[in-house]
Amino acid sequence: MASISTVARGAADERPITKPRRLGGANTSQDASLGTALMFVGPYLLLFTVFMVLPIAYGIWMSLHQWDFFLASRPFVGLQNYLDLFRSGTVTSAPFWQSMRATAIFTILSVPLLMVIPLALAVLVNRKFRGRTAFRALVFAPFVLGVAVVGLLWRYLLDPNVGVLNYYLGRLGIDPIPFTTATPWVWLALVVPTLWWTVGYNMVIFLAGLQDISPELYEAAEMDGANGWQRFWNVTIPGLRPVLIFVLTITVLASANVFGQPYLITQGQPGTTTRSAIMHIGEEGLARFNMGSASAMSTILTVVLLAVSLLMLSFLRDRRETR
Amino acid sequence: MTAVTSAPPSTRDTAPATAAGQRRGTSPWFWLLVGLVAVLFLAPLLWMLSTAFKSTGEVAQADITLLPQQPSTDGFRTILGADQTPVTRWFANSLLAATLHTALVLATASMAAYALARMQFRGKGLITALVLATLFVPPISLLIPNFVIVSELGWLNTLAAVVVPGAAGAFGVFFLRQFFLSLPVELEEAARIDGAGRWRIFFTVILPLSRPALATLALLTFLTNWNDFLWPLYVLFTPERLTLQPGLSTLQSAYTTDYATIMAGGVIASVPVLLLFLVSQRFIIEGVSRSGLKG
Repeated sequence: MASISTVARGAADERPITKPRRLGGANTSQDASLGTALMFVGPYLLLFTVFMVLPIAYGIWMSLHQWDFFLASRPFVGLQNYLDLFRSGTVTSAPFWQSMRATAIFTILSVPLLMVIPLALAVLVNRKFRGRTAFRALVFAPFVLGVAVVGLLWRYLLDPNVGVLNYYLGRLGIDPIPFTTATPWVWLALVVPTLWWTVGYNMVIFLAGLQDISPELYEAAEMDGANGWQRFWNVTIPGLRPVLIFVLTITVLASANVFGQPYLITQGQPGTTTRSAIMHIGEEGLARFNMGSASAMSTILTVVLLAVSLLMLSFLRDRRETR
Repeated sequence: MTAVTSAPPSTRDTAPATAAGQRRGTSPWFWLLVGLVAVLFLAPLLWMLSTAFKSTGEVAQADITLLPQQPSTDGFRTILGADQTPVTRWFANSLLAATLHTALVLATASMAAYALARMQFRGKGLITALVLATLFVPPISLLIPNFVIVSELGWLNTLAAVVVPGAAGAFGVFFLRQFFLSLPVELEEAARIDGAGRWRIFFTVILPLSRPALATLALLTFLTNWNDFLWPLYVLFTPERLTLQPGLSTLQSAYTTDYATIMAGGVIASVPVLLLFLVSQRFIIEGVSRSGLKG
């Protein structure tokens, strides 16, 4: 996932290396025996085969079977698991699509904020001021905490009865709000902690992008009489385009993979309204051990996420070519 | 990028801040905004710290104060004394798992990346394409099959389950390959003329030159493993085998609304990573801003 921008950048990076390779008869690039090469690549390749290639194939295989972890008989059922998911009224379809819907709602609510706020903060931090490094570190710091700490902490702050937020709202004369148990508040209880947790992450990527924009462009714009707002729209935004698409892609993917926040903060409440797709797949496959059906769900989600990545990547490429 | 330099591309922070977008912000509004954002980001952490030092009785009171009225270490004593929630054990497990995982990633990824960057051999193109393609594979597609594979290996509820499978990820190979490609070939040529073999070149020329990249990758890998939640939640079960993240998630059911104890657990888990972040923030932020890494 990390790779999209770097894959795009990588093509340019590799070119300078292909200089004439022959130097005094020695050719560094062609002398490795297959044996030596295998010894270098081998250990990683073993891990890659067992825990990456094999599970990808195995997951698809499982999705074509009625696969219960504890049952010896795992009959082949063809596409039945998929058909069940796409047919309304089956045991598996309604809960799955509800979890997909919850994931979509969370993604739609969180992604715009996770783009706009970090970009605004990056512009802020891109100025020179005392305490700038400390400020950047403070905004980034929650990201290193891990979702379990973030979840526990916000579960407390948002606790309907003894939580800090409701206490202060109460002082303002507002009745306790059921942040973690009722709609629409539960969405707030998922989005706000997510913002606190990951805004700094997107901010530092934007900041690096801002610092790559040539200062001359700003000077030229200023000479043309552009004000700050015009410089932002006409210099900053176009200059950031690849970074914007990259951050948008990783943010959409991260939001679509949301798990810890609903697991810890809302526990899927009310009912199963905020149970995310990953949460549902985990429960179905690894708690109830209906692995065939859960694998079919994983495959559907994977296809959706791959489509999103490819769409964004093609968008990035298109823009590059037309420029 | 036309000139190949031996300096690692990590000087962004120290480069003079010249961009015209960077103007001096000194207006009161600017400081108000900076102050407000700082408070919003700091406040939850301060609440966690303060609540951890309240007594169980005080947390249950209707009136909530930012500072503990009667500072107490009840929460810490409860959580450190409980057999069902051995938080120091989880801490040790996390530390060991993340350290071993990072060592495994650095060793396997650096060797593979070097071969893919600098050697010609049959199948290299295919391997490179295959490895890079898996950067786009969402982790969810691996969850259930890897659970079965780990179970077949007899690794369920063991440290190996949270150390080894994650090292199959392509990020480390991809990240180091990019870096190795940016190193000048001449350095290796010189070593070759002196009669050095591939292994010696790798250990005495390539790795020393790659220290900044290796350090960045090590920190990012360590943090990712330390913070991983979904996978350890399902492959580790018994209290003494858990790592911190799944362990902490059990505090909620163990202590329900005894938030002094829960926050004490949160503080114990957070302080070390926050300290690690403080001393290495330049590397971590550099690493994130140059390559991105999430999930």
